[in-house]
Amino acid sequence: MNSAAFIVIAILTLAAALAAATLRKLVHAALCFAAAFVGVAAFYFLLGAEFVGLIQVFVYVGAVAVLIVFTILLTRREVEEDRAFHWSGALVALAVFAGLAWAIFKSAGLSVTATAIPGLTVKQIGEMLMTDYIWPLQCIGLLLTAALVGALVLVMEEKR
Amino acid sequence: MRAFLDQIFVLGKERVLALFNGAPGWLLEIISSLLNIVGLLIVFLSLFALVSVLERKILARIQNRLGPNRVGPFGLLQPAADGIKMLIKEDIVPLRADRVVHFLAPILIAATAILALGIIPYGRNMTPFAIDGGILFFFAIGSTTELSVFMAGWGSNNKFSILGAMRAIAQMVSYELPLILTVLPVVMVVGSLRPDAIVAAQAGYSLGVIPHWFVLTPWGAAAFLLFFVSGLVESNRTPFDVPEGESEIVAGHMTEYSGFKYAIFFLGEYLGMFAIGGLAVTLFLGGWHAPFSFFEFVPSWLWFFAKLGALIFVFIWVRGTLPRTRVDQVMNFAWKFMLPMAFACILAAAVWHYAGRGWAAWAWSLLVVALIYFALARLLDTGQKFAPRTYRFAE
Repeated sequence: MNSAAFIVIAILTLAAALAAATLRKLVHAALCFAAAFVGVAAFYFLLGAEFVGLIQVFVYVGAVAVLIVFTILLTRREVEEDRAFHWSGALVALAVFAGLAWAIFKSAGLSVTATAIPGLTVKQIGEMLMTDYIWPLQCIGLLLTAALVGALVLVMEEKR
Repeated sequence: MRAFLDQIFVLGKERVLALFNGAPGWLLEIISSLLNIVGLLIVFLSLFALVSVLERKILARIQNRLGPNRVGPFGLLQPAADGIKMLIKEDIVPLRADRVVHFLAPILIAATAILALGIIPYGRNMTPFAIDGGILFFFAIGSTTELSVFMAGWGSNNKFSILGAMRAIAQMVSYELPLILTVLPVVMVVGSLRPDAIVAAQAGYSLGVIPHWFVLTPWGAAAFLLFFVSGLVESNRTPFDVPEGESEIVAGHMTEYSGFKYAIFFLGEYLGMFAIGGLAVTLFLGGWHAPFSFFEFVPSWLWFFAKLGALIFVFIWVRGTLPRTRVDQVMNFAWKFMLPMAFACILAAAVWHYAGRGWAAWAWSLLVVALIYFALARLLDTGQKFAPRTYRFAE
């Protein structure tokens, strides 16, 4: 049952990702991108990581995809005509892929018969974030606040 | 008898499941889920039909009219007539529309609203899908609504549609923040994201009659009001229906939709309203608990729907009373008042918790909320004086 679900979700996610990379219209690509995010969230659910899956939908579909869509709404439509192949994009994609592959092969947990670990509850994650990982959390909070203020400053400049 | 009436739907489902005795576990699981889905759809689609006619009736009453009264007794069969009308209307798709996106948008809007309804506890042991992060699930699903509104606006290829979609996304993104922040104090105090745990935390009565609902604490009352206003915005209801302001941009993102697709947008809006209302009942109004201890003989699901009905009535009442706000007013209100007040609620809830959750804690948290409210009022006061309006009529 699980492996069947895995294959179905994998095919759908990969198809959505491929469509996002190749579709002609920017809006279609963005929407397919969002669909791919939902597919990744489905993987998390399949693995029993409910919280991560929900956050994936919340952040990537609810925020990142909407951000992309908003950018498309606010920019010119002629950008869509640009069909040239960008080497820089390919380079970045390759670098990211290499980095991820390296990280995956480095990690110890890549055994075929993984031992079953008890599922993390939301409460446990919250407690971990508030005790062991409090400093990373605060740093990210500071970074995001700085980004928010920076964005505001940029917008204010235009008004003058 | 009392227990039987209270659990009548749960027992009914068990009866149906007993018919499949001997089936493998995964099949039983699927059947159980399907039963939940069918129940949810039947209840909320009929509630949608009922509320759509009730809304017109109540609005008519507010405006001193009669409202729909031709079809059936008191016009109660009006939704059936409306449904048939919508079904036989021509489905018009603009020539230059993005056909796929245009088609998918109403489906997504209704589907996400139905999904969000799944995590709400409708009565004792009556949560269709009890998951650990239920509240999070609600907002994760709710945040995808913006995408479908965008799809409707963009897919129509119409300037009014795009303007409406932009307005809708802007206001939804802005109000999602206070909406989620006002839920935080409840989650903090209960210590769980599970809707059932939140309802259970509001059980019991002080002095034998006063319920332990969160709306009866100062931080809870403030959070409830903020949540309700944000909910009005999220479901695009008057006075915050700028995205479809018909006097400016025809019907916003729904301009190019006709027939049944338009009806589905309508359905999505109502289901969204039910979902927000249901979540408000769960978080602040004690879920399915009775308001007084001597009313506990009434079945729990009846209490839930009574509270939901009361909230929906307020939704309609507000619509009949208030004029539409301007876009800048909506935005200013979100960032300058709603957001700081939402943070104040979190602070007041923390004070309430650390002061021992008793009567003294009640007073302390009231002090915090009141102080921040008055400070904000002083800070935001523009000093503008509004002279009484004078009207001139043609002689």
